[in-house]
Amino acid sequence: MGRAEEPTLFELSEPGRHSWQLRTTGVPAWSADELVPDAHRRREPVPLAEVSERDLVAHFTRLSHRQFSVDLGAYPLGSCTMKYNPKVCDTVASLPGLTDVHPAAPARMSQGWLSLLVELEEALCAVTGMAAATFQPAAGAAGELTGLLLMRAYHDARDDRRRRVIIPDSAHGTNPASVRIAGYEVTTVPSDGRGCVDMAALRSVLDRDVAGIMLTNPNTLGLFEDGIEEIAAAVHGVGGLLYYDGANLNAILGVVRPGDMGFDIVHLNLHKTFATPHGGGGPGAGPVAVAEHLVDFLPGPRPVRLVHGAQERAASNGTGATAYGWAMPPRSIGRVHSWHGNALVLARALAYIRVHGGDGLRRVSERAVLNANWLRVRLSSVYDVPFDRPCMHEVVLAAFTLRRRYGVRALDVAKRLLEEGFHAPTVYFPLVVDEALMVEPTETESLQTLEALADAFERIAAEASEPAGVEAAHAAPRTTPVGRVDEARAARMLVPTFDARAHVGMQGDREQ
Amino acid sequence: MPDYLPHTEADIATMLAFLGLSDVDELFSAVPQALRLAGGLDLADGEPEPDVLAHMGALAGANRAAGLVCFAGAGAYDHEVPAVVRALSGRSEFVTAYTPYQPEVAQGVLQAVFEYQTMVARLSGLPVANASLYDGASALVEAVNLGTAASGRQTVWVSSGVHPHWRACLRTFSGGSGHRIVEVPLVDGSSAWPQVPVPSGEGEAPGVVVVAYPNYLGCLEDLAVVRRIADAHRATMVVAADPVAAGLLRSPAEWGADVVVGEGQAFGMPLSFGGPYLGLFSCTLAQVRRLPGRLVGETVDVEGRRAYVTTLRAREQDIRREKATSNVCTNQTLMAVTAAIQLGWLGTLGLAEVALRCARGTRYLRDAALGISGITPLTGDTPVVREMALRTAVPARTVIDRMAAEGFLAGVALEDLTGAGGDGSADADAAAHGLLVTVTERRTLDEINAYLAALDKAVRP
Repeated sequence: MGRAEEPTLFELSEPGRHSWQLRTTGVPAWSADELVPDAHRRREPVPLAEVSERDLVAHFTRLSHRQFSVDLGAYPLGSCTMKYNPKVCDTVASLPGLTDVHPAAPARMSQGWLSLLVELEEALCAVTGMAAATFQPAAGAAGELTGLLLMRAYHDARDDRRRRVIIPDSAHGTNPASVRIAGYEVTTVPSDGRGCVDMAALRSVLDRDVAGIMLTNPNTLGLFEDGIEEIAAAVHGVGGLLYYDGANLNAILGVVRPGDMGFDIVHLNLHKTFATPHGGGGPGAGPVAVAEHLVDFLPGPRPVRLVHGAQERAASNGTGATAYGWAMPPRSIGRVHSWHGNALVLARALAYIRVHGGDGLRRVSERAVLNANWLRVRLSSVYDVPFDRPCMHEVVLAAFTLRRRYGVRALDVAKRLLEEGFHAPTVYFPLVVDEALMVEPTETESLQTLEALADAFERIAAEASEPAGVEAAHAAPRTTPVGRVDEARAARMLVPTFDARAHVGMQGDREQ
Repeated sequence: MPDYLPHTEADIATMLAFLGLSDVDELFSAVPQALRLAGGLDLADGEPEPDVLAHMGALAGANRAAGLVCFAGAGAYDHEVPAVVRALSGRSEFVTAYTPYQPEVAQGVLQAVFEYQTMVARLSGLPVANASLYDGASALVEAVNLGTAASGRQTVWVSSGVHPHWRACLRTFSGGSGHRIVEVPLVDGSSAWPQVPVPSGEGEAPGVVVVAYPNYLGCLEDLAVVRRIADAHRATMVVAADPVAAGLLRSPAEWGADVVVGEGQAFGMPLSFGGPYLGLFSCTLAQVRRLPGRLVGETVDVEGRRAYVTTLRAREQDIRREKATSNVCTNQTLMAVTAAIQLGWLGTLGLAEVALRCARGTRYLRDAALGISGITPLTGDTPVVREMALRTAVPARTVIDRMAAEGFLAGVALEDLTGAGGDGSADADAAAHGLLVTVTERRTLDEINAYLAALDKAVRP
């Protein structure tokens, strides 16, 4: 990876340089003061960088060399499903017939998009065992909030005011944050000794004030909540709903469906399970699928296949072909996106699903679970495995023995792995495990890669028994574009923009 | 069996033997038998990439709108996206990474986002910008959450000049937050703000005041009035600003905005049927600890080298859980990187030139269109810069259908944004007959003249 420091674009800037080229239009060249009233007119242009196209390319290419990615190597970041992202999906997402469609174009002029969305909705319903879906949520957390508002609308429609939502202590942080923003109070239930929801604790907090429960299954420990039937019966028994956080759906494709487990609301992370990809932190897509009794509350308008009638004939331009349109669910919670969701991400997901098909999606989960278990068994003699039983698509290891014996922490292991050419696992999550190292190899890593990763894990642990190894672990990473960064300074002397450097005395850094 | 799985049969056998298993089904022993899906997923078998591409290509080909010359805007604009921006933003290092949890190997994305934050802050005139939100609507929702937290009051005055879909999102999420959304009507394209101070008995004073600049009908509103209202109530002033028009207009910060949000699609993202787009968010330093989403800051590494890292993380959901300032995790980072590249390509003069060209095209088309019998202005003589609302003698949907036959996406029918019957921005007649038209820097004089000729025919009864 690129180790040379890269100046910001603003430091590369030289007044008078330019990259932009715009179309020759022939439109009369009125000046700004002829076009904009004086009170509103900007006096100086917005200062941006001024660089040549060649410098622009060099800058962002050099930055890209300072960035690890799935395409570069294994990225076993637990809970994030960093699998290989098929290139064919890039081609799909750049088809002009998809990219050049205005979101407000009438349905008759966007039949391809509507057909695509309906097909994807049906596929996701097949995978989840749900009745219908909305594509508006742009990411998992947006899906969570949408799902919780659906929960609220469902209860409100019954004049049934409920105030609490139950979340296991192993849940992702987005769950409690979404619950609060949805206007509910969080009730946390502990995990039991097996790493699953403590059934007795759950029963003790269940009453008719509970709107529902949010569960990830398999949970964030990589374990299948095998008491799910009992949980579902108990929650439904007090009139609550079950929300499925789809973060870990990659483990169960074609094996078991959330709908069959008793879930009422499901969000999916298409950037995880369907490889759309992650984009350095988005865009994702967080569609929400629901059971029949919640369909009327979905956000809208929704893409629908039109039944035979005048509207369909008009939409198909009189050809009689299957036609698509928009429909607002009768008791919709309303919009949750400016338009229809992250549409190009949805197109990528459909291409991924069509390549794999039902049979291929099942193989995806089989291999993901196989890979995770292989790593679990291989590493269980070297790292702590707090819940050492068959896992699903990810395994939570821990470094508490390494820390106790040698002072080498999960963070140190993670930083050493970066030197070994791997991305680090997720560390210090889930919160219920001390010194957690959450490893999700995904199905697209080969046995050779797993062996190399395991070798690296073992080497780091073995070295920790020597003082030099401990020192190396604490000093890691030394081969990466930068070493450990001073996070405390970043927060204490906040520099959120290039212009803020001047205020904290950083402008002289480069000369020092 | 097309897929991307590397396992050979021998690998699988070796790995199962290592685990002491005889069959892959045994991997799922924790899943209760009664719940397991018998017979597999109800989906067709997989098909090879070329077949999938043919299918997706056919779907793409069924979108007639893609071939129309675009005069539609309403928050989604047909701006130039040059080859260099497509090439750089498509680099797999940016595309296939995730949130920079390990800054030592994520300096590329972190620095690009730092540069993006700098550019967004310069556009708004405010000192802090976050690493992106989902879209304009989500940025507005987060701004209102920030504003109500800052002011301690739940009442939000929102100009009906804010995009109808964004207002719809505010209403949806107020179902959870409990915010009281008061939509302020437009008269001739300008907000008719309630009396200040609020007379007793007419509800709570606002904790947040929201205005769009220019508003969604294209009009330039007097933001000084909005600042005075915010001052009178110690309310947070939120401006939903068009970032392209910002190339010509006084910055929202100059007008006194506390929070500026916007839709960043115009900076390098194709129309894409509405997404992925980019939520722009910036605020004052006083509010930085209430900032939603991620923030990249500059720091140093152990050797004193310049380095970037996500900072003020204690606001975020994975640390703060139910006390977090927002629930955002995955945002639109690749779109933020794309915007940084596009703004790097445009530079100081390029952005100003794009804004100017949009305003010129808009002026030319508007002047000529208002000379057509059957076209009248919908917003009086309130000044516009890059978008205009026209009243067409026949329903706007009819105009759009007729113009499509001539090769144009004529604009957006107001009814498709406000719903039938209209809203505070347009009454029922204006909704049915209102046509929102934009002219970007990509439209040539020939295209505009052909559009006008087609419009002349399309508005006849």
